[in-house]
Amino acid sequence: MVRVEFLGPIQKAPLQLEITNLSELAEILQEDEAMRAWLENCAVAVNDMLVSSLDVELKDGDRVALLPPVCGG
Amino acid sequence: MLHLYDGALDVPKILKAWYEEESQSNYGAYIPFVGTVRSEDGIDGLSFDIYEPILESWFLGWQEKAKAKGAIIKMAHSRGDVMLHESSYIAAVFSPKRRVALEFIDAFVEDFKASAPIWKYDLKEGKRLYALERSTAIAGSGLLSQR
Repeated sequence: MVRVEFLGPIQKAPLQLEITNLSELAEILQEDEAMRAWLENCAVAVNDMLVSSLDVELKDGDRVALLPPVCGG
Repeated sequence: MLHLYDGALDVPKILKAWYEEESQSNYGAYIPFVGTVRSEDGIDGLSFDIYEPILESWFLGWQEKAKAKGAIIKMAHSRGDVMLHESSYIAAVFSPKRRVALEFIDAFVEDFKASAPIWKYDLKEGKRLYALERSTAIAGSGLLSQR
């Protein structure tokens, strides 16, 4: 199982999914009407490392995080 | 050195502590930046969420860049609520000469604004409202909207 977390202002409980790469996650989340706007402006981290490709493979125990636009300071 | 605090920062205490920590380190320049909550748009204050694991690795990267220039960087940030005229952010660079520190603090704060995983909310009329229009999408955002 892969745990998917939605950080900061995204009001969505974490998911536990049987997926093997980020493309599968993209397909699942694109089905969720409330998530579509967030998907366009969120960065993605796998095990706390930001990633830039959907080809990233996922294995049991991995953690994916969605990071919406930031504004520290 | 990265310090996170619940609520507003005690600015004089932190700046003094950092000054004293490095007083014998032979740095010629100490350049702090302090971010303070201003009164605008009827807000009562700001509130912050932080994702610490990625903030720490981001900060570590900047520590390495500072080290390569013979400098060090320190940062403090608030979690939760910070009210008007209180401060939520301090960054400081120590370096042997002023030019490195002046340039470094500028580059550091700009990247902080664009990349550090911290989310800001306006506190207004009892609500906590995400400041989307003042926020910046992290480089590479939108990956999961691709088909």
